[in-house]
Amino acid sequence: MARDEVTVETLNRALAGVRSVSASRQVVNIGDRVFYLIVRFVALLIVLLAFLLVADLFRGAWEAIRQFGLKFLVGTTWDPVARQFSTLPTVIGTLVKGFIALLLAVPVSIGSAIFITFYTPRWLRPVISYPIELLAGIPSIIFGMWGLFAMVPVVRMIQIWLKAHFGWFFLFDGPAVYGVGVLSGSIILFIMITPIITAISKEILLTVPRSQFEGMLALGSTKWEAIWKVALPYARVGLFGAVILGLGRAVGETMAVTMVGGNSFDLIHSLFDPVHSMASQIASEFSEATYSLYVSSLIYVGLVLFGITILISLLAQFLIWRISKGKLALLD
Amino acid sequence: MISRYRYRKFVEWANWTGMLLCIGVSLFFLVAILGYVLVNGASYIDWEFLTAMPVPAGETGGGIANALVGSFLVVLVASLIALPIGIGAAIFVNEFPSQGFGRTVRFLAEVLTGVPSIVVGLFAYALVVIPSGGFSALSGSVAYAFIMVPIILISAHEALRLVPDSLREASLALGIPKWRTIMGVVLPVSSRALITGAVLAISRALGEAAPMLFTAFGNSFWNVNLTKPVATVPLLIYTYATGPYEDWHRKAWAASFVLLVVVLFTSVLTRAFLRGKSNE
Repeated sequence: MARDEVTVETLNRALAGVRSVSASRQVVNIGDRVFYLIVRFVALLIVLLAFLLVADLFRGAWEAIRQFGLKFLVGTTWDPVARQFSTLPTVIGTLVKGFIALLLAVPVSIGSAIFITFYTPRWLRPVISYPIELLAGIPSIIFGMWGLFAMVPVVRMIQIWLKAHFGWFFLFDGPAVYGVGVLSGSIILFIMITPIITAISKEILLTVPRSQFEGMLALGSTKWEAIWKVALPYARVGLFGAVILGLGRAVGETMAVTMVGGNSFDLIHSLFDPVHSMASQIASEFSEATYSLYVSSLIYVGLVLFGITILISLLAQFLIWRISKGKLALLD
Repeated sequence: MISRYRYRKFVEWANWTGMLLCIGVSLFFLVAILGYVLVNGASYIDWEFLTAMPVPAGETGGGIANALVGSFLVVLVASLIALPIGIGAAIFVNEFPSQGFGRTVRFLAEVLTGVPSIVVGLFAYALVVIPSGGFSALSGSVAYAFIMVPIILISAHEALRLVPDSLREASLALGIPKWRTIMGVVLPVSSRALITGAVLAISRALGEAAPMLFTAFGNSFWNVNLTKPVATVPLLIYTYATGPYEDWHRKAWAASFVLLVVVLFTSVLTRAFLRGKSNE
């Protein structure tokens, strides 16, 4: 039927159909109403869980917060016998390990991402990027085991050598040649966050407009010049976000760091000193915490860790959102 | 002029090599870790290891049957909690207009993926273990569910987004109520991606040891009671790997091998599943 043949009669028939549907509308509404209420309740549950998480951490840490206040963050003693707790050494240990890991991971992961995005033909991309994603899928406990049994002996040999030849340099100083310590923790974190940063950087580099990149090539630049002068400036903010996200993962990482980080409460002075991360401190001491202030202090450490990771995560989300305009789903 | 060009070519070549090396570094660690686990773990695996109960410390022999069943149990219950919540919330976020509330939920989910797993453990401890008076498999499930929900929500949201509106409109135009449209049209159409997200979340949870430390806690005996502590594979690896016995270390390697096979196998399968979709 051609368009202009729509008559008043057909319109009326259509209207009658609509009316008969809306006669059963009451029934329809109940089903929809119930369904809506259910999914809305479930969505509310997410918000509730987030609030509950924060509230529970505060409640658990309350005793320690009242006892130590903010001095908890700047003191250097962790002495369960004397009932004195503060967490500066572990905060520093955590951040130092995280930053060293980043120092190693940033060039490697962004280099890999650039290579995959700009130097690899499309059909070959999965062949290269898939194994790297596989590395991200390995559970942290297995990184820990591998670190403890395979990596730490090697690191220990390097430590002994460095100490013998460069012991005068403060970073390589100190009594410790255990293998486990800041260096081992940083290296294992580096291995763990590299695939994460690579994967996100790759996605971000793919958002660089192809025309800009190709325009640069058409002007006679080499590929690297086009990457350096066009792609990287364009993707800068997002790449920074990816790196920050990696830092967040490194800071919150637990098992692997517990196994190779050395777990000591003292302030670090050199690369070889053993030191706790906040996460490893909670993991290794929680079952030994015999009185409530001890437990509470550990939860306080958890609260501080939570605060730091949330800040890092928010920053990363913001930066990545800015470049991808919300098109990028973040699942590592 | 020529030398300038040569220099530029050299820079290009040097960077190309450098970046290839970067990829080599990642691949080296992948091969090193997989190889190490394979060499140390595979040889110890036999029928007894998978089906026998642990023996007292110091004795050789025995297996990890209780931890395998424990992990399965805890993750199963966690999935039963997390899947309806994650997918339900994703439906709300994607299918119902809500003046920013939906976006808030999605944003919270993204923030929650960044919560360290040890903090999740503390949370489950405060939420379930303290009120119920003891470590239990159920508290472990709650911890795992907390890790899984945001992953499921985000992946499900992305899946639902890809369903074309024309399908929804066609269904609604037939007079089918909205909830039937969602359950009967939107979810089936996106089922593949939904399953992928769920498997991703499950395989992530399977490997987590940190939240189990003070929730499921571990158990050297047989247990399928949700209110009692239960052994899980990742935690068992931690206990065995940091223990003093040589035989424990071998068992930890073998258990790592089992865990790795399960986790990577699921991710490979998921991947194949996804590729099947993109070819269609």
